Amino acid sequence: MIPAKFEYVRAASAGEAVSALAQAGEDAKILAGGQSLMPLLRLRLAYPDALIDVGRIEALREIRDEGGALLIGAMATHHQVVRDPLVRAHAPLIAAATATVADPAIRHRGTFGGALAHADPAGDLPAVALALDAVLLARSPRGEREIPAADFFVDWMTSALDPDELLTGVRVPKLGPGWGVHYEKFHRTAQAWAIVGVACAVRRERGAVEDARVALTNMGPVPVRATAVERFIEGRTVSSSSLRAAGERAAEGTSPPTDLHGSAEYRAHLATVLTARALTAAAAV
Amino acid sequence: MPPIRVEIDGTAYEDDVEPRLLLVHYLRDRLGKVGTPIGCDTSNCGACTVLLDGLSAKSCAVLAVQADGRDVTTIEGLGVPGTGREHPMQRAFHEEHALQCGYCTPGMIMAAIDLLRENADPSADEIRQGLEGNLCRCTGYQNIVRAVRRASADMRQGAAQAQDAVQGRERGAAS
Ligand SMILES: Cc1cc2nc3c(=O)[nH]c(=O)nc-3n(C[C@H](O)[C@H](O)[C@H](O)COP(=O)(O)OP(=O)(O)OC[C@H]3O[C@@H](n4cnc5c(N)ncnc54)[C@H](O)[C@@H]3O)c2cc1C
Ligand code: FES
Ligand code: FES
Repeated sequence: MIPAKFEYVRAASAGEAVSALAQAGEDAKILAGGQSLMPLLRLRLAYPDALIDVGRIEALREIRDEGGALLIGAMATHHQVVRDPLVRAHAPLIAAATATVADPAIRHRGTFGGALAHADPAGDLPAVALALDAVLLARSPRGEREIPAADFFVDWMTSALDPDELLTGVRVPKLGPGWGVHYEKFHRTAQAWAIVGVACAVRRERGAVEDARVALTNMGPVPVRATAVERFIEGRTVSSSSLRAAGERAAEGTSPPTDLHGSAEYRAHLATVLTARALTAAAAV
Repeated sequence: MPPIRVEIDGTAYEDDVEPRLLLVHYLRDRLGKVGTPIGCDTSNCGACTVLLDGLSAKSCAVLAVQADGRDVTTIEGLGVPGTGREHPMQRAFHEEHALQCGYCTPGMIMAAIDLLRENADPSADEIRQGLEGNLCRCTGYQNIVRAVRRASADMRQGAAQAQDAVQGRERGAAS
């Protein structure tokens, strides 16, 4: 279908995008890579009055080393993130999960910031941001603010961004030495969205798990931290039985959806199996 | 209506377009370049794949205004099959019977060319991965994978021959 009419504004800088967004009012939207927005426009599930195109703002694509953290520009494309040496060295979980997103053509245009702002519970990157305790940087006419990932995903397809806020970047604390990571995604076909996904980072010391971060994709309206799993495994000796027992706790406190890909019960079961797999891969046993 | 200037298959076009006009509709309905088909409303099928500044993109998920100042290559810019001036990928698809109805073929060929840009000698598995965004409802993919393998061999051989020729010329110039 042909999208409904909208005004189009091409912003040359983040400042210009923020003022254009404020001027255009509540029914305006940011156009990033367009890889989620365009299908919604074509199906007329979305009909914004105006689109503010931030696709030419090169400064928003930058990926920078800030010492203890990386700053990933909101407009860094999936393609760029997967290949970026800083991301691969200091946030390999992001590189691994991003490589599973959609297909090459979509990864050429889709952006890291867009995938987070879109807040799709089946999206792979929200759970990763949550597992890594990322902080999202937002800018509006009222100034800038930092939103921890734990507060960013508010509800189904709803982020904490105000309608006049632009996501400019994401600060991701670096994982130091001793960490292993893995993203385990279960889907029916190569390009499809996760039925369930598990983002996992584990720090081992002398045979035991010192620190574990586990977050789940598509196990509720927002990504969730599997705190029962984390609490169970921390301090324990790494073995296939301890990791499996930790995995058993993955569905605790979740409210997975039932849809044509699977029932809530099926997802709860999947989460336990996939979490054990993810822990095993991350802890390298 | 915003003005755009796009280079498509080697020709520059200047036009005023409605912001909501999709690149694929611009190609087909305004320019008559119907070599690029539309297969879905959800950016899943890949039939509409073109190269945008050299990288594969689904032209149904790009607005024509977003292509302003960019370079677009469609299947029509590759060459004309059967004239001896076709792209090695087009020839390989023809010779390996990598199509039946042909609907997916333009997008499949553009995505395959993009894949070889990143990986000149992909395995069968890597080809399946690289073409995951392109659906074919006819062939079962076997011959598509075969065709991409063949094009990859042909293109590497072509590149080696070209390099030999250049080196030969350089040696000739040096002597
Ligand atoms: C066929 C297909 C398969 C896919 N498969 C997957 C998958 O397996 N896993 C996955 O995670 N994703 C998948 N995606 C989605 C893909 O990752 C998108 O790139 C991503 O969700 C959106 O990024 P974008 O830059 O294209 O955002 P857009 O489509 O441009 O924007 C999406 C939304 O976020 C808002 N937005 C974007 N950027 C900002 C910003 N900087 N500030 C404020 N608001 C902003 C927009 O206003 C819009 O509401 C798939 C998409 C398609 C079409
Ligand atoms: S028509 Fe573009 S992906 Fe299907
Ligand atoms: S040949 Fe018919 S869809 Fe591929």
